[in-house]
Amino acid sequence: MAVKQKYVGMTGNEAVANAMKQIDPDVIAAYPITPQTDIVQYYSQFVADGEVATEMVTVESEHSAMSATIGASSAGARAMTATSSQGLALMWEMLHIAAGDRLPIVMPVVNRALSAPINIHCDHSDTMGSLTTGWIQIYGENAQEAYDNMIQAVRIAEDPRVLLPVMVCYDGFITSHAVDNLELIPTEAVKEFVGTYKPQRPLLNVEDPITVGALVLPDYYTEMRVQEAEAMGRANDVILEVAREFERLSGRKYGFFEEYRMDDAERVIVVMSSTAGTTKAVVDQLRAKGEKVGLLKPRVMRPFPAEELVKALSGAKAVAVMDRAETFSTQGGQIFTELRSAFYNSGTRPLMRGYIFGLGGRDTTTREIRKVFADLSDDLSKGRAGRFVGYLDVRV
Amino acid sequence: MTKEKGYKDILQGGIITKEGSSIAYRTGEWRSMKPVWNKDGCVHCLICWVFCPDSAIQIEGGKMTGIDYDHCKGCGICARECPRKEKALQIAKE
Repeated sequence: MAVKQKYVGMTGNEAVANAMKQIDPDVIAAYPITPQTDIVQYYSQFVADGEVATEMVTVESEHSAMSATIGASSAGARAMTATSSQGLALMWEMLHIAAGDRLPIVMPVVNRALSAPINIHCDHSDTMGSLTTGWIQIYGENAQEAYDNMIQAVRIAEDPRVLLPVMVCYDGFITSHAVDNLELIPTEAVKEFVGTYKPQRPLLNVEDPITVGALVLPDYYTEMRVQEAEAMGRANDVILEVAREFERLSGRKYGFFEEYRMDDAERVIVVMSSTAGTTKAVVDQLRAKGEKVGLLKPRVMRPFPAEELVKALSGAKAVAVMDRAETFSTQGGQIFTELRSAFYNSGTRPLMRGYIFGLGGRDTTTREIRKVFADLSDDLSKGRAGRFVGYLDVRV
Repeated sequence: MTKEKGYKDILQGGIITKEGSSIAYRTGEWRSMKPVWNKDGCVHCLICWVFCPDSAIQIEGGKMTGIDYDHCKGCGICARECPRKEKALQIAKE
């Protein structure tokens, strides 16, 4: 029986700040960057008003933010930070350190395009550029999901089988700054769900002194990396376990991805975050006309749930994978590439084509989504993907 | 010769649990120049000890007793700072 929740109207950032408030981490070390800034603004107000016990450290850059968060987490604190785009890029070396040191840091990343050119609007190039850091990545469609993912992320990160940091990603401006409806879980229930952080070997324990982040030579580096990779593998089960427990608490169901009207879908769009919401509206429109279309909305990008995705999509005849970031591989977007790879050994494969869309906050409306479904119809009639990869909306 | 540990046996995150263990690593083996101490010329001002970046000047009871060649990297700062110069500390080829 789900707990009674409070129905509110909040922006994504405010919802995430509230999730953090309910979790009440020991330390937050953060630096502002659009469109993350108001998470930290709201949180600073909570600290100033004495509503949380968090030690807030205002650092001079995102590199320092992650460094301070790593230090706090190593010391034994439940530590968080938040960032976007260039901020994530600036802390790039520290991201690897957080994961390599096996620290359960949770960090909201408000997806914003990377420079150059400078752009403050939404695309996924920031977090797509951090896929190999060892961080778990979970993407949310709207304010509710961003809020829910924050709470689950703490349990996923701190699970002794995992002990890896988690990025909770959601769209800049679209989700972060638009007022949305969501349900807030009561604070006591959130605290009970996340529990108290029990660090295994905190630096601050002088009875059991340790060194964190030492040098490793060629004879041991591989073993350490493999240990980390296996933890990422174990995260699969933990993500689903936490989601099941969260469903009992909130009544909302989560998994590796969401399947929307996929049962007998022949043409499927695979797309993450807010654009999935737009796609749902188009799926409903087309389904009303009898068209067999569906949406698969990836939620977990790291670890990549290849097996489950193949299973979910094997009934489809034509799939369009929409990526909101360029990889410069010349072979398409990240999700497209990884999904194709997942299908390599499959007997039946749907036709698959890739789109790169929404870069730098380019608006993606129901019109563009309808065009994708129409392209898929075209592919089906021709028996092959008409185009390998392309840009959804570009002026030539 | 101890067997190297497999990835399942090493501590998570590669933490080191023995305090002061870096002393076991003989950075002195990297040397190409080495300081030579002349006990009789030394006035025990301890300036070399203050400056040594590797804590390789050995002290006991407020007096210099020698150089820790296991950890001295031969940077020569001690000889440069020594007020007695060659009378107390000289840098020679390793």
